[in-house]
Formats: sequence, structure tokens, C-alpha cells
Amino acid sequence: MTLLWIPLLSLFGSIISSLTGKLTRNQSTGLTLLMPVIALAMTVNLAPAVFAGEVIRYSAQWVPLLGLNLSFRLDGLALLFVFMILGIGILVIFYARYYLSSKDSMPKLYAYLMLFMTAMLGIVMSNNVLQLWLFWELTSISSFLLISYWWHKSEARKGARMALTITGGGGLALLAGLLLLGDIVGSYNLDTILASRAIIQEHALYEVTLILVLLGAFTKSAQFPFHFWLPHAMAAPTPVSAYLHSATMVKAGIFLLARFYPALAGTELWFILVGLTGLATLLFAAYVALFKHDLKGLLAYSTISHLGLITLLFGLDTELATVAAIFHIINHATFKASLFMATGIIDHETGTRDMRKLNGMWRFMPYTATLAMVAAAAMAGVPLLNGFLSKEMFFAETLHQQLLGSMSWLVPVLATVAAAFSVAYSARFIHDVFFNGEPVSLPKEPSEPPRYMRIPIEVLVALCLVVGMFPHFVVDGILKAASTAVLGGYVPEFKIAIWHGFNLPLLMSGIAVCGGLLIYTQRKYLFQFQASLPPLNAKKAFDGSVYVMIKWCQRKISAIENGSLQRYLMLMLMVVLISAGWPLFEMSQLVGGKQPTPVDVHNGIGAALLMIGAIGTVIWHRSRMVSLLMISVVGLMVSVAFTRFSAPDLALTQLTVEVVTIILLMLALFFLPQRSPKESSSIRVLRDLGIASAIGVVVGSICYALITRPLESISDFFLANAKTGGGGTNVVNVILVDFRGFDTLGEICVLGIAALGIYKLLVNLPLFMPGSDSEGRPWAKERYPLLLASISQSLLPLALLVSFYIFLRGHNLPGGGFIAGLVTAIAFILQYIAHGSHWIAERLTINYRKIIASGIAIALFTGVGSWVFGRPFMTTWFEYFDIPLIGKIELASALVFDLGVYITVVGATLMILASLGKLTASAHKDEVKV
Amino acid sequence: MELLYASCVGLLVACGVFLILRSRTFPVVLGLTMLSYAVNLFLFSSGRLSLNQAAVLGYSSDYADPLPQALVLTAIVIGFAMTAFVVILAIRGRADLGNDHVNGQVPEKDKKGKA
Repeated sequence: MTLLWIPLLSLFGSIISSLTGKLTRNQSTGLTLLMPVIALAMTVNLAPAVFAGEVIRYSAQWVPLLGLNLSFRLDGLALLFVFMILGIGILVIFYARYYLSSKDSMPKLYAYLMLFMTAMLGIVMSNNVLQLWLFWELTSISSFLLISYWWHKSEARKGARMALTITGGGGLALLAGLLLLGDIVGSYNLDTILASRAIIQEHALYEVTLILVLLGAFTKSAQFPFHFWLPHAMAAPTPVSAYLHSATMVKAGIFLLARFYPALAGTELWFILVGLTGLATLLFAAYVALFKHDLKGLLAYSTISHLGLITLLFGLDTELATVAAIFHIINHATFKASLFMATGIIDHETGTRDMRKLNGMWRFMPYTATLAMVAAAAMAGVPLLNGFLSKEMFFAETLHQQLLGSMSWLVPVLATVAAAFSVAYSARFIHDVFFNGEPVSLPKEPSEPPRYMRIPIEVLVALCLVVGMFPHFVVDGILKAASTAVLGGYVPEFKIAIWHGFNLPLLMSGIAVCGGLLIYTQRKYLFQFQASLPPLNAKKAFDGSVYVMIKWCQRKISAIENGSLQRYLMLMLMVVLISAGWPLFEMSQLVGGKQPTPVDVHNGIGAALLMIGAIGTVIWHRSRMVSLLMISVVGLMVSVAFTRFSAPDLALTQLTVEVVTIILLMLALFFLPQRSPKESSSIRVLRDLGIASAIGVVVGSICYALITRPLESISDFFLANAKTGGGGTNVVNVILVDFRGFDTLGEICVLGIAALGIYKLLVNLPLFMPGSDSEGRPWAKERYPLLLASISQSLLPLALLVSFYIFLRGHNLPGGGFIAGLVTAIAFILQYIAHGSHWIAERLTINYRKIIASGIAIALFTGVGSWVFGRPFMTTWFEYFDIPLIGKIELASALVFDLGVYITVVGATLMILASLGKLTASAHKDEVKV
Repeated sequence: MELLYASCVGLLVACGVFLILRSRTFPVVLGLTMLSYAVNLFLFSSGRLSLNQAAVLGYSSDYADPLPQALVLTAIVIGFAMTAFVVILAIRGRADLGNDHVNGQVPEKDKKGKA
């Protein structure tokens, strides 16, 4: 349980700190620090058990059907990282308190930092690889937010985007790799995966899996050639850089190498890929770092170089190399975090990070200078400091490998060269900034920073010294625990000591230090040489390739998607035609075996009217009013057809809907041109006629084939149970409110959503309004005919009565909520037409949105109500009561549900028509004013 | 009878398809309405055609299939909501863009008219 609390506390911290906007900076910092401090205390409490070799686990069910569990595990490796994440995180938060200017939002930075911390803790503690990946992506996203913290700066936005693109892309590769891994092993559980080394490495897909996982790790920890995002991420505030690029973000990639070491490492491919990538990164970045004039740029490349060193160590085929890698993870985190913080102080106090301007800072800030120099010396690998120890181990291990076959002697040589450059850039950091003459035109007069701003650096530098001088006492325990986890139990004897006697590694160190100093003193020539090379701008190349890709996508999209509805519809209809028409050709006989019904005169007349209406609509479609009248004929004939073919409910619905639809379209026509100009070429008309008739023939044939075949229906169940189970004799209505009540609930929600969408579309509509009709005749001044006004008023109560009757009888006879709702709506719309919306607004203030909401709520709660009685959702309850004078009457909960339907239909219909009607009224008013 | 019914459905579909392929909003809306008639009739007919057999218990000896009827009933109401939404979208489009085209580009003469 404690395990769950560690990331959870950090997440709480993120929420808490985002709420501290109103507090003072000290209070905000204090509150933010509270959670990680508690988490750290909990971790310390767990540490002895882990040191003793125990692996602590926590698991809770998350999505059991998918085999997804929320599971955490804490072994030595995870413990080491949790310590680093929490410890350095606490120092960074403390440091940021003094770093941020009063203009920057502190809660925002803290919230992002804590979110990032949560993500990192999640990665290192996950016991499920999919969960691990989720947190992995969360680090990409939260680091995006952190890097773009100063979002008003273009370089911050670009740097953040680049980091997200590279690490996010790597994340996708990692996901693919982890899915493969889970598939190979048959489980996403980390314990299982780590124990299945043989299965994984013998599997045919091992190579692919390994490459995908390594892609994730290499992009995250900025390995060559994916390194270029890291220098651009330096646009972030320095505390963020100190956190992301020392102990966390980039170390997540390293962590991944270490985590999957037991399962994936040990093959030739692993050593080649990991070792060579690490070696290339180590060398390349150490060289580039020397030429960076920006302090953070230098540190960025030095970080890349050290990450390369750690990667190379994982790629060397010895157990001690792995121990050295873990040791260097600790050491790099401490000295690099303190160097970033010192850089932040220099930037803060002088206003610049340019080493061509910064000189002779020793005079102004001797105390900070001392701290920075110790940390830089640790980075260079000077004896008595922690960097020296791990570098010695690294040298020693380069001597025991066969990475390059017979050319393996190159590795120690290249390592020494890289170390010499590392010494050179460290020397530059020290000499160029703190000595080397006088400062050049600084924006600010430098001085020592606030006392407390140095505390985090002091802590870290003290660690560098203590580890460097007494390694045995300080790091042995955690190093053993972490190595046990990585090496899968067996840890070789190792002894970290300052003095091993005169041996080859010491000689290499000596050469590196002397060589480095030599390079630094002769840097003038190197700089000249470097300046003569063509400039290689990774950002430009990246931006260029992104630009090319976007252009390519845009071209492809515009080729498919040109904004023409006609074209999309044409393409879709062709697909319909082919997919629906093809099976017809494979059918042997269209007509089925059902006894055909004879045609009578009534049906013939009805069908003729319908056809005339439909064809008329098409013929006169450019004269819009005429076509509207024609289509209303079709609608009426459809409702007649429903009546004829035993569907009274449908007929009533169709009739009422027809009325509101035609009113709506008439209203709409007021805002639209009255006529469509002739536009389509004859060929286009011919083509469309061809498509239309083809689809018509296909659909008609399917329809014919369908209805001439005998019926096999599931409806016998509904017919049998309507009365006994649903309490009603109108089976259609019982299906709506009971058997398929959940569908109906969804449908009235759709209705409500459509009405709300219309409401929003009509808000702030810039009116496009003709003052006269298409032939130039002004609209009539007498808009509300007296006759209609007086008749409609007296019709209202009658219409409401009818709708009430239809509603009540709906359960047993044709009717119900939908139809009654439409009838009521029509009755009200008639009032709107007869009197205008102002007249209504004076007498009746209705908020249709609330009506719709209450309707849906009633329906929903009726459904939920059956839970109270221990029944499934939407179970109908009904009972018969004997009421004196009235007689036997049935009460059913379905009636309440139908009431919800009724209210929603009324609200939605009226909202649609009244909103549109109001617009025409306001249009007329404007006109009168003019 | 079945043949007549199916021909009506086919004709409605053909008219609807022709209308939705026009280049202005209003005919497209009419086409959608026409198509929804056709679709409703089609779905309804999957319960087969029967005379005087309304699915009200106790009023006849044999009943028409009530399930397609229930589905079509809600489809009619939702069809109305969708028609309304498309119409309002057309109005809004005309107000915001100044024309009622759906083919992605404004013909030359409309552009001149606006200028």
C-alpha cells in the first residue's frame, strides 16, 4: 500500500501546488515541498527491506478483463531512482523558489514539476510494462509543458515541440516494442518478463523487439543521432534543466536499459547497438561541448556525452561495467544538477550565460565559484571527487571487452580521448567563467545570490565530496541493491576505492587530465578549425524535415479533400453502389416466395401522388418554395402509407413531424436565397441522374427482394410479453418505453443535443436578411392575420387536451410521448405564427434548455429508479388501481418515462423553431427601425 | 403491391440522391429529407406489408411486426432533429460565408456580386 502512496502523494502535490496561486511564495514552496518530503520519508522507511534483497510489490485491479492491473514494485534499481527523483526534486523545488522572477507563475512551474515527478516515479516503480509506458508518455507531455514554461519565447515553444516530437516518437516505438515483448512472454507483468530471458532471446521477433525498445531508450536519453533535442530543451528555466537533464528525463532512457537488462541484454546485437551508440555519443558530444559559448549549451552536450558513457557501459559485456554504469548514474546526477544550478545563479546574477562575456566571476561570487568549481572538477574526473571513481571503473572496464573484435583496443583509446575533451570543457567552464580577465559588458552588476539559493548546490557538492572520499560507506549499499536488480541476482565482488595502485586506468586518467588541459590551452586553434567547418544546424534540419513532411501531408490531403460536399458524396455513393449492388448480381432470383398482396385502387392513387411529389421536387428544385410544397406531398403520402400498412403510431408521428419540418424549412427559406441558380453543366446533371437512378434501382431491388420473402422475426417475444411484462397493449409503445427503453433514452438525448447545437449556432448570428422577396416585393406589414390569431388562441386548450389524451392512451392505443410532444409543440408553434414571438415572450417566459434537461432527467431517473428496488436498469413497474367513479386504472412507471420523452420532444422542437422564428422577428424589427 | 412499394422506395432514393448532389444547401436539405423518407419506408417494410393488423393487442387476430415500427418511430423524430440541424447549419453558413454553396469553392459570379 505504501508503494501506491509514493506516486500518489506526488500527484497530490501537483494538484496542491497548482492551487497555491493566492499564497506567498514561501507558503507555496512549503506546501509543494510537503508531499515529496513525506514520500521520501516513506521511501527511506522501505529502504532497509530492499537493501536486504526484498522486492516490495503492490497490485490493484484496474481493468481485469484486459489483464491490466495497477501494479508497482520496488527493487534496488527502482529504489535508487526514487531516491534521486525525490531528493533532487526537492532541491530543485527549493532552488526554483529563488530562481523565478516575480513575473513568473510559481504554482504553474511547481504543478508541472510535480506532475513530471509523478510520471518519473511511475516509470521506475511500474510492475506492468503498459503502465510503465503510460507514465513514460506522461514524462514526454509534462516535460513539454516544462520546457515551454516561458511560452512567450519562440525558442521555448520550438524546443518543447522538438523534445515532444523526438521523445514522443520514441515512445511509440517503445510501445510497439513492449507490446511485442508482452506478446512473446504472454504477460505484461514486469516480473514475468524479467524472468523470461530465454524465451525472449530465442524468439524470432527478438531483434525487432530489441530495436524498438532501444529506440525508445535512445530518443529519451538523447543518444546520437537523436541527441539534438536536448540542447534545444535548454530554453526551459534552469531549475527545469537541472531536474530533467541530470536525474530524471534523460535518465529514464538509461533506466529503461537497466530495467530490461536482465531480459534483453547478453546478445551480440545488444552489445553492438548499445555499445556503439554509447561510444559514438560519448565522443561526439564531448567534442561539441567544448565549442559551446552558452554555459547551458556546454552542460547540455556534456550531459549527452555522459549519457553516452553510461550507455556504453551497459553495452560492455561485463558485470562490473553494469555496476560502474549504475554508479555513474548517481554521480552524474549529483554533479550535473549542481552545475546546472550554479549556471542558473550566474545567469540570475549577471543576466547572461555567454562565456565570451562572462569572465573573472571569482571576484564577484567567490563562494558560488568554489561550489561550481568542485562540481566541474567532479565532472572532469578529478581524484577525491565522485566523478573520478566511476570514470576509473569505466576505464578499467574498457580494457576488458571485445566490442570491436580485434580492433577492441580502440575502445579504451577513444574513451581516453573523450575523457580528455571532458576535462577540456570542464576546464573551460571553470577558467573561462571565473577567471580569464574581466567581464565584458554584462547586463547586470554581478553579486552573490541570496543565501538560501545556494543551499541545494551545497548539498549536492557535499555529496560529490563525500562519495568521492568515502565511497565505501556511502554508496555501497544502494549500489549493491541496484546492481542486484539489474544483474538478476548475482553481483560480482567490487571494491570502490580511491587508490588501486599504479595501473592502466590511472594512467588513462592521467593522460586524460593532461591531454584535456593541453586541449584547453590550445583551444584557439581548435576554435579556428571548427569555425572553418560548414555550420551544422540540427534545428534547421529538423524544422526543414518537419516542414517537408507537413507540406507532403497537405498535398496528399488536398488531393483527397478539396472541400466539395458534392465530391465527397459522389465518392461515398459510389462505394454504396458497388458494395450494395454487387451482392444483387450474385443472387439467383430477386423475387422471394411470399404470397404477393394485390394492388388496389387506393394504394395505386397513393403511390401515384407520392411519385408525382418526389419527381416534382426534383424538377422544380431550383424554385425552392415550389419544391418545398412538393416534398410536403411526399411526406403526407408517407404517413398515409404508414396508416395503410398497419402502423398507426408511425403515421401519427410522420404527420406531426411533417408539419414541423415544413414550418422549419419555410422559416429557413426566409434566410436563404429563394431560387437556386442553374449551375450544373448538362454532363454533370446526366452523371448525377445516372448515379441517382443506379442507387435507386439497387435500393428498390433490395427492398423488393426483402419484402417478398417470408418474415422471420424476434417480435413474437414482444407481442407475447407486452401486456404481461410491460403492462401495455400498444406493443410499439411498450417497445419504446420498456423493452428498448435504453435506446429511447439515447434518442431523446440526441434530440436534446441537436436542439442545443442549433441554439448555439443561432447565437450571435450575423443576420443575412433580405428586406423583400426575390422579386423585389417588400414583406407585408400586416404580419399576424387577425383570423388566424383569434382561432389559434381558442385552439390552444383544445390542442393541449388532445395531446394529453394521446399521451395518456399511448401505452395501450396508438399515441405516446413522442406523438403527444409533437402535437403540443405544434399547438405552441401555431401561437408563435399567429402572434409573433414578442407576444409569446410577454405572456410566457420559458427556458427551453431547462425543459429539455428536465425531460431527459425524468426519463433517466425513472430508469435509475428500478435500481432502488433491486431491479435492472429501466424495469417497468405497473399496477392496476380501482378508483371510485373513474373505475379501474393502470399506473405504470413507463408513463413517467414517457413523460420525460414528451417533455424533451416539446422542449427540443420548440427550441429549434422558436429560436429560428425569433430571428425573423428581430429581422423585421430592424427593418422597421430603418 | 410489393412491387409498387419497392418502386416508390427506389424512386424516393433516386430523387434524394439527385438532390443531395446539387451544389446549394437547400436542395441538399430537401434531398436529405427525401432520403430519410425512403430509409424509413425501407426499414418499416422489413416487417413486411400487412393490412389491418396494427400491433395493438386485442384488436386483430394477427399482428404486424412492431419492432421495425418502434425503430422507425424514433428514426422519424431524430431525422427531424438532424434536418433541423443541417438547415440551421446552412443558415449559419450563409450568414458567415455569404453564400450557400457546398462545393468548396465560390463560383466567379458570386464573388463579383459580393465585391
